[in-house]
Amino acid sequence: MHQTEAFQHRINKALNNQQVRQNIRSVMSSLMLKRANQFPDSEKLELQRTQAQEIRQRALANQADLLEQLEQKLTDNGIEVHWAETAQQANEIIYSILKSANATSVVKGKSMVSEEIGLNQYLESRQIDILESDLGEFIIQLAHEPPSHIVVPAIHKNRKEVAELFHQHFPELSYTEDVDELTLMARKILRQKFEQADAGISGVNFAVAETGTLCLVENEGNGRLSTTAPDLHIAVTGIEKVVEKLSDVPHLLNMLTKSATGQPITTYFNMISKPRQPGEKDGPRAVHLVLVDNGRSRIRLDNELLDTLRCIRCGSCINHCPVYVQLGGHAYGTTYPGPIGSVLEPQLSGIDKLGTLTSACSLCGACGEACPVKIPLPKLINRLRAESVNATYHDSKTPGTGSMRSFSQTLAWKCWQFIYATPFAYRLFSWVATRFSFLTPNHLGGWTKYRTLPKPARKTLSQLVKQEGFANE
Amino acid sequence: MGTDSPKKVYFFASCLVDLLYPAAGLSAMNILRQQDVKVIFPDNQGCCGQPAFNSGYREEAYGVARALMNRFPKDIPVVVPSASCAGMLKHHWPELFAGRTDELLALDIASRTFELTEYLVTELDIKLSDLGEPVQVAIHSSCSAQREMRVSQHIESLVGQLDQVDVIKQQRQQECCGFGGTFSVKQADISGAMVEDKTSALRDTGAQIVISQDCGCLMNIGTAFEKQSLINKQSAPLTKHIAEFIWERCHASD
Amino acid sequence: MNDARANILRRLRSNNITLENDAAHSSTASLANRPIDSYWNKQQQIEHLTQNMQAVRTEVHHLSNGDWLDWLKRELPVRGFKQVLVGDNETGNRVIQSMEDSLKISRYDRQIENWKSELFQDVDVGITTTLGAVAETGSLILWPDKAEPRLMSLVPPVHVALLNANHIVDTFSEAITKLNWVDKTPTNALLISGPSKTSDIEQTLAFGIHGPRQLIVLIFDHK
Repeated sequence: MHQTEAFQHRINKALNNQQVRQNIRSVMSSLMLKRANQFPDSEKLELQRTQAQEIRQRALANQADLLEQLEQKLTDNGIEVHWAETAQQANEIIYSILKSANATSVVKGKSMVSEEIGLNQYLESRQIDILESDLGEFIIQLAHEPPSHIVVPAIHKNRKEVAELFHQHFPELSYTEDVDELTLMARKILRQKFEQADAGISGVNFAVAETGTLCLVENEGNGRLSTTAPDLHIAVTGIEKVVEKLSDVPHLLNMLTKSATGQPITTYFNMISKPRQPGEKDGPRAVHLVLVDNGRSRIRLDNELLDTLRCIRCGSCINHCPVYVQLGGHAYGTTYPGPIGSVLEPQLSGIDKLGTLTSACSLCGACGEACPVKIPLPKLINRLRAESVNATYHDSKTPGTGSMRSFSQTLAWKCWQFIYATPFAYRLFSWVATRFSFLTPNHLGGWTKYRTLPKPARKTLSQLVKQEGFANE
Repeated sequence: MGTDSPKKVYFFASCLVDLLYPAAGLSAMNILRQQDVKVIFPDNQGCCGQPAFNSGYREEAYGVARALMNRFPKDIPVVVPSASCAGMLKHHWPELFAGRTDELLALDIASRTFELTEYLVTELDIKLSDLGEPVQVAIHSSCSAQREMRVSQHIESLVGQLDQVDVIKQQRQQECCGFGGTFSVKQADISGAMVEDKTSALRDTGAQIVISQDCGCLMNIGTAFEKQSLINKQSAPLTKHIAEFIWERCHASD
Repeated sequence: MNDARANILRRLRSNNITLENDAAHSSTASLANRPIDSYWNKQQQIEHLTQNMQAVRTEVHHLSNGDWLDWLKRELPVRGFKQVLVGDNETGNRVIQSMEDSLKISRYDRQIENWKSELFQDVDVGITTTLGAVAETGSLILWPDKAEPRLMSLVPPVHVALLNANHIVDTFSEAITKLNWVDKTPTNALLISGPSKTSDIEQTLAFGIHGPRQLIVLIFDHK
């Protein structure tokens, strides 16, 4: 199967990159520790997670009404709202806004939706000069790589790699591996761009329907600069980011920053409700919001899968995933890696394209426990596995259901069922296994690459209990 | 269970224990019997259905689970020496049986399913006296014990009752060992990388024995130790199910 | 694009989700991160705020009434700053009147387009007032306006913020209520909790990546 082979290829490549694995292990350990320090009381954490879950559930339940209210409020505030059903539509809308404003240079704040829709490539191919301004995004843009994590996108690179990258692109600046100096360098380079850019593009963390407010969470100030310094600001966001009330925001913000990076709050929480008003001296004169569906409203049709949409993109599930820590983000080959990616991406692109991602999970449950809005990620991964081999599963709307069913696998599970559901068959099976355990091969696929093969005992427990005088009813 | 009548339980060993780790199952049953619990071991137990369920083959999982459910008709606890299989009965059977004719029985069994250490501590309030030699152990609680059944505190408290046993904490204690059932075959290299990290954290403790409440983890960790020893000629800790560990150290006490 | 709007809304409306009672009526009013009966008094608020701000390398000074002007007069020249930006308001006037000649003081009284490169390249310090602060998270509350525009607290490498101790609240939620935030809907509102920072290279903390390298908060007690 093509997607599976491609995934296996990326997995092998990732596992062989010891440097990246070390980088990621050390960062993930530190992020987990920082988060844990923010939630010292586990009972309180449960309550906080439940409350965050309820806020998000309420928003999703009333999503259509809230989006209409958001549109109305934003329009009243002077912000223009656009709707895009697909990635293509979203890109076209953004390009046409830029074009009619004669904007050719863009600074961009971090936005995962823009990665999802491939905005940079779309605009670059139309001669728009687009610059990522978040330091991590800036680094990977220089390297022509996708992000490897949704919160810390360049975490797979160490300082030496960053230093070389900067030196290669800006030979006029002297080579340094000092993080403070590298940061200062980036400041200088990007400053000029902020000053000159025609437009800024940003994502949105929460869109408040009640007030028509776009909220952005960040530490660097590039988000504020992108949304304030140029004369045009385009915000792009998934339709699931709408929340009902302003009073919903403090708790979500609290859970977001603590779960993401273990910070009680980020440096900047930026709430934008209007373009520059008469008499105001800065800020963009025009602000647009592009609401992107790209499969989300279809996911919402399924009462189990819609939990996926509760996500606030904190990356905590990724930080806690024992598979991600081995692979890093690039092995997944998708915008969103780790547990949330393995749940969201097959739904967005189809099981026939990305269903194989769900195999990279031991169902250990660490992600579900770390999720600040209690998305049952292991349950959803398991559900998607069921869909991947069953075309009619629960009338699923996910594209490509059943596409991963194979004859040999199905046959193997049928045999397994026969053995374990038929007492005679099981007795025969265990009789053979115990008597002829010396026949167990020494090599069995990937298992024996890392382990020996377990041998059946001489007598099964079922046989032993009778000798020991235990009752059977 | 505050009744005066003698306690009776069903014992569901799990397919792994039945075929590969019968000593763990027998030890668990002996401990229960020693606590004056009448242990019923129904014939033809089979499997809880988890391997197929976690691989997406829910119809096949249902077929196997339904065969098993009929072995536990009486309204008495079902004790399982595996948090993973107990978790399947308790948390996934309701999902697997949802909307089917036997849903009520599945819910009923789910409500009376106990993981072994949970039953020993919360229902029996067992008191252990240690007769063994001093030993250092590392505890590996399975993911199901920690995050699904939420019973990992019980293995700690049981071992804590043993005077001669020193528990050494491993690095990244909560991290998965990489077993994950069919995951270990389907994603063998990821699973292999995970078990390498886990075994090296366990070796680093210097403990002589690694104990767990789940034979899946023990099989994964134990056979990885064995393979590493074959390659590097290094000695490795033993792996042992908590029931076997307790029974060996305590059973001469009465 | 009207099709897109209609199609999305239609799909969203075609699945009516019923919430369990709790979720439907969940209120965030009780979401305080500490027991509801332990509101902080002013001294405690100042302590929490200061502690939280200092934890992220914010410089905090407690001054008595009116002393903030003396502080600026004394400290700004000592620290080698050359050009200071103030707002087009009474606070700005007071700073202008009291500063020595060695400092160039600009007032943000023009549209940004007329002096963007000066702001980006020459200004060392921006001095702003604040609406208040959140003690629990160590955050300043700013609603930039005509007199103190948005870029003042962002572009200069140093941001000096004046905070009236009486305007500190315990939590962000409390601030939303107290400031009547919903009805007022400012063009832009900010919580600022430290100097600009990044950990994008090896998770190593570095300051001043895009916004101010330094945040100085002068807390004064105004009766």
